[in-house]
Amino acid sequence: MDDTQKITPSELMIITASRALQGNRTVFVGVGLPNIACNLARRSHSPEMELVYESGVFGAQPARLPLSIGDPTLVSGATSVVSMADLFMLYLQGGLIDVALLGGAQIDRFGNLNTTVIGDYQSPRTRLPGSGGACEIAINAKRIFMIMRLSKRAFVPKLDFLTSPGHLDGGDARQRLGMPGYGPDQVITDKALFTFDNPEREMMLVELAPGETVESVQAVVGWPIRVADELREMTPPTAEELAIIREQLDPQGLYR
Amino acid sequence: MTATSKLITMREAVEQYVEDGSTLAIEGFTAFICFAAAHEIIRQRKRDLVLCRLTPDLIYDQMIAAGVAAKLVFSYLGNPGVGSLHCIRRAVEKGIPRPLEIEEYSHFGMVGRYTAGAADLPFFPLRSYLGSDMPAANDRIQFVDNPYGEGQIAVVPPLKPDITFVHAQRADIHGNTHLWGLLGTQKEVAFASKKVVVVVEEIVDEDMIRRDPNRTLIPGLIVDAVVHEPYGAHPSYVQGYYDRDNDFYLKWDEWSRDQETTEAWLEEWVYALPDRAAYLDKLGRETLERLAPGRFEADPINYGRYG
Repeated sequence: MDDTQKITPSELMIITASRALQGNRTVFVGVGLPNIACNLARRSHSPEMELVYESGVFGAQPARLPLSIGDPTLVSGATSVVSMADLFMLYLQGGLIDVALLGGAQIDRFGNLNTTVIGDYQSPRTRLPGSGGACEIAINAKRIFMIMRLSKRAFVPKLDFLTSPGHLDGGDARQRLGMPGYGPDQVITDKALFTFDNPEREMMLVELAPGETVESVQAVVGWPIRVADELREMTPPTAEELAIIREQLDPQGLYR
Repeated sequence: MTATSKLITMREAVEQYVEDGSTLAIEGFTAFICFAAAHEIIRQRKRDLVLCRLTPDLIYDQMIAAGVAAKLVFSYLGNPGVGSLHCIRRAVEKGIPRPLEIEEYSHFGMVGRYTAGAADLPFFPLRSYLGSDMPAANDRIQFVDNPYGEGQIAVVPPLKPDITFVHAQRADIHGNTHLWGLLGTQKEVAFASKKVVVVVEEIVDEDMIRRDPNRTLIPGLIVDAVVHEPYGAHPSYVQGYYDRDNDFYLKWDEWSRDQETTEAWLEEWVYALPDRAAYLDKLGRETLERLAPGRFEADPINYGRYG
C-alpha cells in the first residue's frame, strides 16, 4: 500500500465521521459509508463502542468489513444478538441509542431525508430503497449524523418525498410532535461539515475540506447556505486512520 | 420415519400450500432467505401472489421478474450493500413483466405488523412515521390518540400471511425448530402465518431439540410441514453452515439489469432444473467449499437434571 497516495475526499469524509463518533457508547450503523466510518471508530479511538445493527446485533465486533448489515461476521463475537422486534422496541425505542448514522438521496436545509423516490410517489422517475429502519431511527436515536457526498442533486431546496424526519420545518418542530431524539446534529460530506447548532435548527457550514471555499460549497447546495461565524478547516487524517481504511476495512478501494 | 412425520419435499410443499393469489411471506433478514422455496414457486408458475418481506432482496427480485407476483408489501427495496433491485424497479417503473402494486412501510412497521398478526392484536403502536410522508403514501399507516396521556401514536395493522416458508439450521420431524444467528422476524412471521413450512439444513432427533429448548424458536405445534433442503438458502446464508455468497449478490446486479438476461438466468438456474439438488450440482462443490465458514463454537451449558 502506497502511504503517500493522495487522501481522497471520501476518505476525509469517512475519517471525519469516525472522529465525530468519539465519546458515544452506542452507535446505530447503516449500510455503506456509515458502516466503514463506525468500524474505523471502533478500531481506532473507541474500542469500547457498541456497534448496533438493525439486523438485531448489539455490540458487533466484525472480523471483516461486512458487505451488508446482515453479514454473519456481525453475529460471531457480538455482545448480544436479538430479534428485530427486540432491537427496535427495546434498544431503539427504549432510548438506548446515543447516535445513529444515516444517509439519503436527498437532504434539505433542516436535515430531512428522502430515500424513497425521485419524482412522484405513484409514478416515480427513480424508485429508491425506501425507509428500511431510517424513519424510526431518525425519530428515536438521541442524535443523528448524516454522512453523504455533497452535490446539487442531493442537497435540494425541497425533497421529492420526506422519508425520515430531521428538524422538519425547523425550530422546535420535533418537540411539538413529541419526538424523543434531538434529530440531525451533523452532516458530514466530502467537501464540508455542517451542524444545526442554531435556534432555527438550520444546516450551518462549520468546516471546509482543504481546497474548498464557501463559494464552491454554495455552488453545490440548492439553497442559500448559513455559514458559521468561525469557519474551520476539516482536520486531515492521520497515517494510522488511513492505514486502517486502506489495509483493513477497504483494501479493494470501493469507498475511495 | 414415524407416522406423525411432517417431512415432505419442496415440490410437495409448494403444491400443497401455495395457491395462486396467496399472501406469501419468505422472511430472513439477509440470513436464512429460502431461495429453494422461491425457485420451486417460480417453477410451478404460481401467479398473482402478494409477496410480503421487509427486504425483498434478490429472492423477490427473481420472483417478480418471473411474473409470480401481483403485489409487494415491504420496507426496504435494495440489494444490500450493492445497490438497486433492478427487476422490481422495472416492474414498479415500467410494468415489466407485469405491473406491480406496492404497499410500503418502515422496518419497524413491518416487524410490528407481524407481531400484531402473531399476537392477534387489532394494531401495533410504534414511535415512527411522525413528520414523514409515508402515511400519506399508505393509508394503512394511521395515528391514534394516546388514551392514557398526551399526543398521538402511529399504528400499523396486523399482517397474517396465508403461508410462510421459514428457513433454519435444524428441526425434528415434528417441526420443532432450532435457529441461531440473526433471528430477524422468523418467530413473528411463523406465529402470524396461517400455514408454516419449515425448511432446514438438518433433520435431527427430537431428543437433540429437547436438550436445548431455549434455542427452539418455532414449536412444531404451529408447523404444517418440514422440508429438508441443505443449502436451501444460497446465495443467502445460514449461520455456522455457509457464508453469504457476496459474489452472487454483486453479479446479480449485472445479470438483472435487463429483462432478457434475467430471463436467461431464470431459464438456466430455475426452469431447466428439477429441484434444489440439481441446483447444487450445477453450482458445484468449489462454490460450496468457498462458502464454508471456520469454527467459532459456543461452550456447552448445563440446564440441570431435576428429578
